[in-house]
Amino acid sequence: MESNGGADESSRLLHELQSLKDSKRDIEARISVIEAQLQQIQSNQHSNNESPAVSSNGVSEFGHDLTPDMIYRYSRQLLLPSFGVQGQSNLLKSSILVIGAGGLGSPALLYLAACGVGKLGMVDHDVVELNNLHRQIIHGEAYIGKSKVESAAAACRSINSTTEIVEHKEALRTSNAIEIVSKYDIVIDATDNAPSRYLISDCCVLLGKPLVSGAALGLEGQLAVYNYNGGPCYRCLFPTPPPTTACQRCSDSGVLGVVPGVIGCLQALEAIKLASLVGEPLSGRMLLFDALSAKVRIVKIRGRSLQCEACGENGLTQQQFQQFDYEKFTQSPLAVAPLKLKLLTSDSRISSKEYDELIKKGSPHVLIDVRPSHHYKITSLPKSINIPLASLESRIPEVSSELKSVQESNGTLNGSDAGLYVVCRRGNDSQRAVQLLHKLGFTYAKDIVGGLESWAREVDPKFPTY
Amino acid sequence: MQLTLEFGGGLELLCDSVKVHSVDVDLPAEEKKLTMKHLLAWVRNNLIKERPEMFMKGDTVRPGVLVLVNDCDWELSGQLDTTLENKDVVVFISTLHGG
Repeated sequence: MESNGGADESSRLLHELQSLKDSKRDIEARISVIEAQLQQIQSNQHSNNESPAVSSNGVSEFGHDLTPDMIYRYSRQLLLPSFGVQGQSNLLKSSILVIGAGGLGSPALLYLAACGVGKLGMVDHDVVELNNLHRQIIHGEAYIGKSKVESAAAACRSINSTTEIVEHKEALRTSNAIEIVSKYDIVIDATDNAPSRYLISDCCVLLGKPLVSGAALGLEGQLAVYNYNGGPCYRCLFPTPPPTTACQRCSDSGVLGVVPGVIGCLQALEAIKLASLVGEPLSGRMLLFDALSAKVRIVKIRGRSLQCEACGENGLTQQQFQQFDYEKFTQSPLAVAPLKLKLLTSDSRISSKEYDELIKKGSPHVLIDVRPSHHYKITSLPKSINIPLASLESRIPEVSSELKSVQESNGTLNGSDAGLYVVCRRGNDSQRAVQLLHKLGFTYAKDIVGGLESWAREVDPKFPTY
Repeated sequence: MQLTLEFGGGLELLCDSVKVHSVDVDLPAEEKKLTMKHLLAWVRNNLIKERPEMFMKGDTVRPGVLVLVNDCDWELSGQLDTTLENKDVVVFISTLHGG
């Protein structure tokens, strides 16, 4: 009874906590809106009453249109001889679109909001998840489950209520790209997949917008400015998309949070240079960042190609762009969704619930976990044996000896009673492994459908997912 | 001929996760110079330990791999016909898409 009461109490508290957090977030959003309105009114009053030096065309006697508030806020940039009033004025008149409010977009958006861009747009269809927070530093715990764009916009407004923030809560597609991108001067590609990269580059070519493209994975990052001042576009460099097996994702290969952070900051920097007309953009060059060895390498890349299908002599038309199938071209989806293979027939598979029953019955079996060993170290099922898929074929004797010892300890010496099951993270590699085991004579081997993710979902909600 | 070969963007996984290789590549028989075409065949035979299709397609690198000879895109030096000199640095890097 008492423990039940405790459970009730904790669920009531959790509920109250969540509703308080929701109210807090609403209030904070409201505060930043009101602050922005107030700021607007005050700056209007400033220019109407207190700054008689400003003439009707908005240019003061000092030859610029910075208000006293702007001068104070951006003073450290105005003090830079190579940036100064002219750079800041250019920046304040510019508009920048950041596509993707994730690991790259987070720092890019924060710096662009802070530095005084006139209009800052953001595109993302995704929601914030707990496993985003280590790198997507613009988002906080209070926004888990909420729109990334809403979260990022609130953060940007709280830093700088004088920048116009535009929210595009949708995925960028051929149907909406032209309309969205045409409203901005400069585009930042902070997405995480190949089809989006081609789509964004082609759209920028079509509309004549410079593109600041960044990418990060694991402990490496890459950065380049495309379609700038006669320089190459993304397709000049990569006319043919890579095979899908070469397109690793952060959710599979991992990424150290600060690595996209570094690249996202550099993207903001390149965009600021383009917008303020200061410095030399990274066009016709590419920056390669290797965090592990602390190496930054800047290499010279090819120029614009006359044969380029996007920006060459017979380039893409608006109509061709809108009809182009980027998912088919790159053979991967625009929205990153995990692969779901179906290689085995249902009699070679069991569900995680069925496997749970099997354990409860004490049915003798061997469970092989075919994930890479660094995955196995994160979490694993009790009594599972880790043999990564890549080494399964060479380690078959271990499988045989495990089966033998299970059979012996259960006294079933005829050798056909112990089951052989295979598990992985999501249920793809386990199917590949079972196919291999079937080929090698273990015809009774089965895999667990949906892998450990399904185990956590269907059987043990406390089992860690990653 | 002494060369430094570097692999990045995930290509190092194909050669035992070693990124930098200092190698000594012999000139092919009856040839006076070493070209990138020779070097690619040499790399495939001597350094690539698994999934060679992730490195090469036909006689060149697969789509999505940038080749840099002394920090310069090999498109600018003649691609497969690029002639290599002693102590050159050749970088093979796979383009990244993550973010």
